[in-house]
Amino acid sequence: MSTLTRPAKVATDSPARRTSPRRTGRRGAAKGLLFMMPFLIGFLLTYVVPIGYAFSQSLHEKKSSGIGFGPTKIVYAGFANFSAILSDGTFWTGMLRTLLFGAAQITVMLGVSLLLALLLDGVAARAVRFFRAGLLIPYVIPGVVSTLIWLFLYSPTASPIIDIANRAGTSVTFFGGIDTYLSLGNLLTWQGIGFNMILISASLQALPRELYEAARLDGAKEWRIAWSIKVPNITGILVLTGMFSLIGRLQLFTEPLFLRYVAPESISTDFTPMLEIFDRAFKTGDYQYAAAESLVLAVVTGVLAFVFYRVTNRKVS
Amino acid sequence: MSSASATNTATDSGGGARPTRRAVALTTALLIVFLLYSLAPTWFLLVASTKNQTDLYSTFGLWFSSNHLADNFQAIWDYHDGVFGRWILNSVLYSTVGAAGSTLVSLAAGYGLAKFGFRGRGALFGVIVGASLLPSTLLAFPLYLVFAEIGLTNTVWAVLIPYFINPFGVYLGKVYADTSVPTELMEAARIDGASETRIFFSVALRLMRTGGITIFMLDFVNIWNNFFLPLFMLNGERSFPVTLGLFSWVQQAQTARDMNTLVLTGSLLSIIPLAVFMFALQKYWRSGILMGSLK
Repeated sequence: MSTLTRPAKVATDSPARRTSPRRTGRRGAAKGLLFMMPFLIGFLLTYVVPIGYAFSQSLHEKKSSGIGFGPTKIVYAGFANFSAILSDGTFWTGMLRTLLFGAAQITVMLGVSLLLALLLDGVAARAVRFFRAGLLIPYVIPGVVSTLIWLFLYSPTASPIIDIANRAGTSVTFFGGIDTYLSLGNLLTWQGIGFNMILISASLQALPRELYEAARLDGAKEWRIAWSIKVPNITGILVLTGMFSLIGRLQLFTEPLFLRYVAPESISTDFTPMLEIFDRAFKTGDYQYAAAESLVLAVVTGVLAFVFYRVTNRKVS
Repeated sequence: MSSASATNTATDSGGGARPTRRAVALTTALLIVFLLYSLAPTWFLLVASTKNQTDLYSTFGLWFSSNHLADNFQAIWDYHDGVFGRWILNSVLYSTVGAAGSTLVSLAAGYGLAKFGFRGRGALFGVIVGASLLPSTLLAFPLYLVFAEIGLTNTVWAVLIPYFINPFGVYLGKVYADTSVPTELMEAARIDGASETRIFFSVALRLMRTGGITIFMLDFVNIWNNFFLPLFMLNGERSFPVTLGLFSWVQQAQTARDMNTLVLTGSLLSIIPLAVFMFALQKYWRSGILMGSLK
């Protein structure tokens, strides 16, 4: 470090150098790209090439040569896969199901997170630390493990919830019809509330105190301050968080894949687009169709992201 | 909720600023309910991993019966010559190497973006921000197609290479380079005759240390928790990370022997390294969560 402070003085002594920050010029281009090179090569290999290759695969299909069990070969098929997907009811049902379910689940999750953040705003500082640590436990638990835990909590043989319900003289079911969505939604909400609570807490703390000091002095109740002053001021952040959560939710995969092991009849192999792609690729072995589905899902995701981006930008300005 | 608040208003019309005892009680009660909701499933896991198979099905799930934790550890250890230990080591390896590689690649690229002017820089940054919005699940199958073609599937590179490339990390790297590496200092080092690589490795990296740790931490946790990329890429049991290993046990549980006690105790064991890691880096945690949320 000491060797570095000395030349720093030299630099301040020659103002000509400092007034031209773009001095690097052409040389800067080469050097800057040098530092970016590992990333750019990797980006080409893991983003650009896969998307391009998936596109070329999606323009092909498997044809068996001869009748019956002859060896299959891959032939060019134009946009046949894409037009098949456009009229593929189960694929779009899965997409719509995931979006609607996601919207409902995210609304509940953010609502609970907001409530918790507001409640934490209203208790003593020492209690805040205690509650926050406890409420963050689900966030520390890997998604696969929390899914496994709930898998057991929902399973007819080991579930203590069913035990408690039976002792109370009632019964609960976790799968079939609306129950499937409630169970899946509960799992995702459980995973997400701690994290989102921290987010919302941070934006609550970022609000200038003057916003509600006056109201408090005037004798306004805390719940009133929360509802009429704090919440309206963070609505923008809530909407943004919700929309980007929905983009993530569209890729829902791991949780339903695991829950299928308890309830294969309630969660089908085409329950979400990613499940369908996985099943199509590795169970059916139809790589070409799965590649086309991946691209369609990417396009839908991109369109959603773009629309959300426009909506939020308009809100801000 | 609203009725309770209404009674509060009625009972406390004079005081004002100080919340009533009743409001505090209600707040605390609600927080306790959600605290129990958050903790009970974890408690269940802790209790269940001490049980043998009979007790798991026949005794109440939220309380202990006779302790079989040691037996369950033994059963896990005996399974396929301790392959579970191998899974944990694989997870440690993938997370450490993957996050270290990604951190270095991201800091270098972020530094290049922030500190050097070149044509197309703005467009490149736009592409990187756009790519960081893409959920990585989306690319798993296209990636598999390419890696299968060039024979990389079933090798550690099939998971490590995608982990190395993290557009969001590059974005963070650029932010950190912008805020913590003074251009004057780079100029000074140049005049002193230091090469660009030397300046990066011995000046810039040191200044971006906090940012680097945050990127490393976010990556480490993401990779430890990752499931779908190994699911697509890896076939041999011995190369699995622990998430995929547990899944393979769940799959078997349906067909062959009852693996439930192994799954539960294994789940508990798989949390421990991550918890230790997060505890060790707890002072970077809050900023890490907030940074991660920018995504």
